[in-house]
Amino acid sequence: MTLFLNIAVDGIAYGMILFMISVGLSITMGLMRVVNLAHGGFALLGGTFAHWLAQENGMPFWPAAVLAVLVTVIVSLPLERVIFRRIYDFGDLQQVLATIGLTFLMIASVNLWQGSSLLSIPLPDSLKQSVDLGFRTLPVHRLVVIAVGFASILGLWLLLDKTLFGIRLRAAVDNRSTASALGIDTDWIFMAAFGLGAGFAALGGILGAEILPIDAYYPVRYMVLFLIVVAVGGMGSIAGSFIAALGLGLLETATRYLVPDVSTIAFYALVIILLAMRPQGLLGRAHA
Amino acid sequence: MTPLMKSWAPPLALLALAIALSFLMPFNLAFLTRILIMVVLVLSLDLVLGYAGIATLGQAAMYGAGAYAAGLFAIHVWADPLAGLMIGAVAGSILAFVSGLVLMRTQGLTLIMLTIAVAAICHEIANKARDITGGADGLRGIHMEPVLGMFAFDFVGTTGFWYALAVVVVIFVFVALITRAPFGLSLRGIHESPDRMAAIGVSVYWRRVTAYTVGGAIAGVAGALSAQITQLVSLESFSFTLSAEALIMLILGGTGRLYGAVLGTLIFMFVHHWAAANDPFNWLFVIGAMVLAVVFFLPKGIISASAGLARLIKGARHAGS
Repeated sequence: MTLFLNIAVDGIAYGMILFMISVGLSITMGLMRVVNLAHGGFALLGGTFAHWLAQENGMPFWPAAVLAVLVTVIVSLPLERVIFRRIYDFGDLQQVLATIGLTFLMIASVNLWQGSSLLSIPLPDSLKQSVDLGFRTLPVHRLVVIAVGFASILGLWLLLDKTLFGIRLRAAVDNRSTASALGIDTDWIFMAAFGLGAGFAALGGILGAEILPIDAYYPVRYMVLFLIVVAVGGMGSIAGSFIAALGLGLLETATRYLVPDVSTIAFYALVIILLAMRPQGLLGRAHA
Repeated sequence: MTPLMKSWAPPLALLALAIALSFLMPFNLAFLTRILIMVVLVLSLDLVLGYAGIATLGQAAMYGAGAYAAGLFAIHVWADPLAGLMIGAVAGSILAFVSGLVLMRTQGLTLIMLTIAVAAICHEIANKARDITGGADGLRGIHMEPVLGMFAFDFVGTTGFWYALAVVVVIFVFVALITRAPFGLSLRGIHESPDRMAAIGVSVYWRRVTAYTVGGAIAGVAGALSAQITQLVSLESFSFTLSAEALIMLILGGTGRLYGAVLGTLIFMFVHHWAAANDPFNWLFVIGAMVLAVVFFLPKGIISASAGLARLIKGARHAGS
């Protein structure tokens, strides 16, 4: 029972991080049909800014995190205008290549600015404390991650289901040209969605730094993980991303507890079986 | 010029270039050999991706399988180089066939994901099976016998270079023949319209599996070649970076034409070498910028550069008039 609860708590915390980083990727891939391998780069940028603000300039954790997320969003918007907008119409491979090139540039930039060492983000004492859950003690940090994760899905649900922006975004995901013919400014929707996704990635990168440590090669190391979440969840489906992230977080944690020697192999093997059975993902629609 | 001469002129020019380079850069033979090995890998990718249209970012899986198989075979069984190449080809094709049975049922992003996942699994297996593969330290202690019993591998790398060049020529001719055969033409048809090929009675799935398997065998040869010449197999042979770089080289040169793959590899490796030698810390800037430049300005690769240039000049003239 204790083992089960351990897996549940660690897995959910891990899943929340995966969800925050991947949800933007799912939106942009569903919306713009772009195979974006550079998405992890925004988590890296967020983490790097937070490291620079908190570690080198002594800013407290929360203001540094918020500022870092904002700066990442501000960086992502011109990138969408200048680079991504041009590759929407390209083929899959050209998109893969362009975003790999962009990832390399991001890695090189962070490498030039902060070097290739580990970029730690110091946690405040309030997050470092442990709480006693009865069956184990847990750092407050994990609980905060879980809480922020649930807040994110709630916020996203309200944004997409209850606001005009959400209606327009969903219309654009369903059919871009019809939405645009109805007078929806899809260019603006794309940019806003892209910035939103980059912001969530930055948030996930900063909060997840304890679990997925930040360094210059972060986007390449975890690229597969984020893409798997989207592929398993189904492109463009936020609920799918959430279920996939939680499921994969639990699966990865369970394999690490139960079969530590072959956890990575078991994890990938299960993902392959799942994707072979449902190529469009759990909640994805079959696109042509 | 007859059509036959025309189609063989670029590869022959590249062969002459390779031989000329070996005399111009006698102290960089190891680097030139590295290029030749990558040419074999990129040729395999051109068959799988350029001709059959199978989007993959996991060609390193077969490369690594061939490298480890050839390395282990040389250490434990027989250190003959040509037998080792065969073993590498067999290992690469078995892995490609088994994984292909699942992978070829999918398309697009899912396919790309799964190819990456297969390479990641292989990487992890090689990492965990430390007793057999040496784990993160790499597989050491590979000592090859002379090629054909006559040419011993030397310290400067002369034998390695000519051996690799011979393998490149054989593989190039082999792939060129496949792409001209009915099988190769049917792959092209599948690339352009799987539905129509299915409609005229072609089993698209099995053709794709076959193409992936043949590509896997060639990638296995590339891996085996690398294991024999460098006498080391590291975990890097399964890395995502290797798959990604091979893809960059292919697109850089231009898909669907074999000498494009060779040209792309040559240019990428030289730029990489030059950038890394000039600035060991920031060379990734150069690679990233180069990749973006190719995607935006030469979407069909370097082999389309002359046509693109002509269009540019023509366009400028139109604008001026």
